[in-house]
Amino acid sequence: MHNFDFVKPSSVADAVRALSAEGAQALSGGQTLLPTMKQRLAAPAVLVSLTGIADTRGVCLDNGALSVGGATAHAVVAQEARKYYPALADLAGGIGDPAVRSRGTIGGSLANNDPSACYPAAVLASGATVITDRRRIAADDFFQGMFATALHDGEIITSVVFPIPEKAAYVKFNQPASRFALTGVFVAKYGSGVRVAVTGASANGVFRWTEAERALSASFTPAAIAGLSLPSDSMIADLHGSAAYRANLARVLTGRGVASAH
Amino acid sequence: MPKDGGIGASTIRREDIRFLTGKGRYTADINLRGQAYACFLRSEVAHGRINRIDTAEARAMPGVLAVMTGADFAAMGGNPAGWHIPSRNGEAMKEPKRPVLAHGKVRHVGDAYAVVVAETLEQARDAAGAIVADITELPAVVDMAQAVANPDLRVHDEIANNVCFDWGWIEDNRAAVDAAFKAAPHVTTLELVNNRLVPNAMEPRASIGDYDSGTGDYKLYTTSQNPHLSRLLIAAFVMGIPENKLTVIAPDVGGGFGSKIYHYGEEAAVLAASKALNRPVKWVADRSESFLSDAHGRDHVTRIELATDLEGNFLALRTETLANVGAYLSNFSTATPTFLHGTLMAGPYRTPLIYVNVKAVFTNTAPVDAYRGAGRPEATFSIERVVDKMCRELKLDPVAVRRKNLIQPDQFPYTTPVGLVYDTGNYPATLDKLIEIADFSGFEARRAESARRGKLRGLGLSTWIEACGIAPSNLVGVLGARVGLYDVATVRVNATGNISVMTGAHSHGQGHETVFAQIVSDKLGIPASSIDIVHGDTSKIPFGMGSYGSRSLAVGGSAMVKAVDKIIAKGKKIAAHMLEAAEDDIVFEDGKFSVSGTDKAKTFGEIAFSAYVPHNYPLESLEPGLEETAFYDPANFTYPAGAYACEVEVDAETGRVEVVGFACADDFGNVMNPMIVNGQVHGGVAQGIGQALLEAAAYDDNGQLLTGSYMDYAMPRADDLPMFTVDHSCNTPCTHNPLGVKGCGEAGAIGSPPAVVNAVIDALHRGGHTKVTHINMPLTPSRVWSAIQN
Ligand SMILES: Cc1cc2nc3c(=O)[nH]c(=O)nc-3n(C[C@H](O)[C@H](O)[C@H](O)COP(=O)(O)OP(=O)(O)OC[C@H]3O[C@@H](n4cnc5c(N)ncnc54)[C@H](O)[C@@H]3O)c2cc1C
Repeated sequence: MHNFDFVKPSSVADAVRALSAEGAQALSGGQTLLPTMKQRLAAPAVLVSLTGIADTRGVCLDNGALSVGGATAHAVVAQEARKYYPALADLAGGIGDPAVRSRGTIGGSLANNDPSACYPAAVLASGATVITDRRRIAADDFFQGMFATALHDGEIITSVVFPIPEKAAYVKFNQPASRFALTGVFVAKYGSGVRVAVTGASANGVFRWTEAERALSASFTPAAIAGLSLPSDSMIADLHGSAAYRANLARVLTGRGVASAH
Repeated sequence: MPKDGGIGASTIRREDIRFLTGKGRYTADINLRGQAYACFLRSEVAHGRINRIDTAEARAMPGVLAVMTGADFAAMGGNPAGWHIPSRNGEAMKEPKRPVLAHGKVRHVGDAYAVVVAETLEQARDAAGAIVADITELPAVVDMAQAVANPDLRVHDEIANNVCFDWGWIEDNRAAVDAAFKAAPHVTTLELVNNRLVPNAMEPRASIGDYDSGTGDYKLYTTSQNPHLSRLLIAAFVMGIPENKLTVIAPDVGGGFGSKIYHYGEEAAVLAASKALNRPVKWVADRSESFLSDAHGRDHVTRIELATDLEGNFLALRTETLANVGAYLSNFSTATPTFLHGTLMAGPYRTPLIYVNVKAVFTNTAPVDAYRGAGRPEATFSIERVVDKMCRELKLDPVAVRRKNLIQPDQFPYTTPVGLVYDTGNYPATLDKLIEIADFSGFEARRAESARRGKLRGLGLSTWIEACGIAPSNLVGVLGARVGLYDVATVRVNATGNISVMTGAHSHGQGHETVFAQIVSDKLGIPASSIDIVHGDTSKIPFGMGSYGSRSLAVGGSAMVKAVDKIIAKGKKIAAHMLEAAEDDIVFEDGKFSVSGTDKAKTFGEIAFSAYVPHNYPLESLEPGLEETAFYDPANFTYPAGAYACEVEVDAETGRVEVVGFACADDFGNVMNPMIVNGQVHGGVAQGIGQALLEAAAYDDNGQLLTGSYMDYAMPRADDLPMFTVDHSCNTPCTHNPLGVKGCGEAGAIGSPPAVVNAVIDALHRGGHTKVTHINMPLTPSRVWSAIQN
């Protein structure tokens, strides 16, 4: 790790100001950024901690939707979101291990947009809104491919607002080593229709499986998608699974998600 | 009644108190006054010619004390291979020099070619980053078949075809084996891969070199399983310093699994740097370095054929193996695929004719050497997989076929066609025990229950044997070993009656401090709490060969018992004098020397005191003191054996395999501490399940390690494993060592991989996927799913 300066502002405005400095970078739970720095793959000059800002932490209801502060740890979501949005709590409770869940945050996860991360699937399938220090970004506009998002330099995710579905489920198939999602599917049923988001599978990052959404909006049963298949051409192929395997997983997990939605 | 002390008691491990309370003293915990820090610069390419290394900028960086490259070590000796394995045409094996630091060429990703020593670790790292190396990348050869076939690809310029040796075992039997195959009613053929593994000891390697310019003595603290062997290699072969001027200390060591048997270049480098700087120099590998530079394990590609009659009686066995040795020969790398693999191809069976061919192949990958089981897991996997395949081809019951081919209890000692003499065993007994403890009769009901949940359930079996307690020195000498493989212990009875045992074995997780004390306590009748086990420091312990190959108890423990016997014999002489009786009339029992048939007696403590305060003592015929050393060279290998069963559930839609049951019926000979033996089996089976389902060191075509961190290298975790059922009641004590012990450290890793794979294939067949005959390890969900699709 190289040397750096550290600041811990207590307001979003101060954080934005601190982030305008040369070489400044936001630090939330540090579960992605710190290992990268230890390996000397990143060397920010200033770390701006976001975890001292009270209004970016915690879970609350907001006009019938669930609002999760950007610096809320996975463990907090796993516990406090349960009574409002159990599938989201399940997802948060299945990330990493207890240490990772106690430190890692939703804001960090979304800003990083790892193609195998869990939260992007929930945000996209819920049609959530990502709220930053300067604007509101619809989920459909936020994710822009592997490790790429709509965020500008120095822009901070302050909260994420999830419309609460009638039923939902997140089904994650672990990559055996990292236990990130080899493929994960989030299925959410709203009055307006069903949304299905797939993470871990595509080389373009999290995506919506619209064909399945149409079929499930007509009939929310595993049988409705039994005959569908996903093209494997844009799927990730690596040591842990071929493209065809990931396409298969996405289909199988979607069916299981529908069956277990609650 | 379980005993509460001595031999056979499940004594709680005394060393765990210090390990669990953070009082362990590992190499990284040791900080010497004035120490500097080393950082090694490692090749990022798998194969390259070093044109120039510019260290000027690095030398000028803050805190930098020294920068050394391969050129600085070019005059030193190479790190040697411990066994010479000639080719079947009589040619000597190819032994390219393995330098301290790469010189001329780099030959694998992670091959260290420079070292920076600085005041702090961060400074050393910064400076290593400032070294400018002009290295021309050369085509890498990673795949063994390609290495052998393409004469233009050479890991070592002087070795065409990259073949270290082409070994035939036993060459004289080849014609008879081939003839038997020609005449056989049925031949089953299987091509398989024994996947390369990264050892992943919990503690990464670490070394501190400490040169004393006042005395000219070198001291090396290092993560070693055999400090005396390391001292010998460093002193006599690599650095050319007198052995008596080097002390090697392997303090607490956090696991080795084989990877810390060997001497590595970093050890010589920190010693040389310490001398050059007149300061201690410390290096601790990080996990990434461990992945790249620890000796890996396994990595065989094998074609195995089994000839049988139509009732499944084994007639002949033949194998051809390519064994990867990586870029350089590590110390045991030539013995592992040959004498620890080829000689085991009889397994527990009466196969009358066997021929084994092994080609050891250089590639641009990390060196490969012994890893828990070392050759024997490879042999067992090949045999047990081909036997299962044959049963399926001939529609025979795998239990019945194994049973009728097993060596029978009345056939011992049994000479195999691959040159070993099994002294004792009862293979049908462990198989029967397994069928009972794994509840074979309840399997069908369990399968039906799994089916109701949409899962395919399968049951897999393996009956295995291994050769442990290496090894008779004269035998291994004939086979090409360049060292003896005895061990040694000194039992020092102090004047006050307590005891220090200095052992040549090294404990790096096994629990020697507990078990060895139990044995001495049992033999001498004094409490274990009065006995200390001293290991790991060449300035304290006699010249022993360390711990690997499940040898500590069978060889080191036997030496200890011999030394204890000498103590008792001398004690009798002292007692005879003190009690004014004939030596022959003295009996030693429960810590007391007494005159047979009388109540005249002296306690062990009184005898010890008299030995050191010899006022009433036969000084004219007996030396004072009570300290004995014994070397023990085993008369034979020991042959632990057993039968393992694995039950799996397969999710056919995703290919995911869950191990839902695992049972082991082992014969380890006499068991000294059942709890520790269970722990060894649990750990070994965990590693075997890891190999079967999760672990693989994968290189891409350019020789980049794809699995260089835990993000991609899957270690088995507790929730990947079932509860284990372990039984070791079917014991046949070893016939040739004083404790009747065989060794248990590697068994789990040897017997389990084929049981797991056999179970998965069984599940798929029962589920109707009958075209799947084999899946290469690790059986990842993706591979299992693909096999089902095809
Ligand atoms: C062992 C391990 C296992 C894991 N397993 C999983 C898993 O199963 N599933 C999964 O989804 N994830 C997993 N993760 C990742 C984990 O969820 C991380 O916490 C998450 O990716 C990053 O969150 P963080 O708060 O730690 O972010 P940090 O590491 O602090 O930051 C990550 C990046 O986001 C930026 N950033 C942080 N917060 C904000 C913000 N509010 N606004 C804008 N930019 C911001 C930072 O500048 C940085 O670039 C795992 C991590 C580890 C170490």
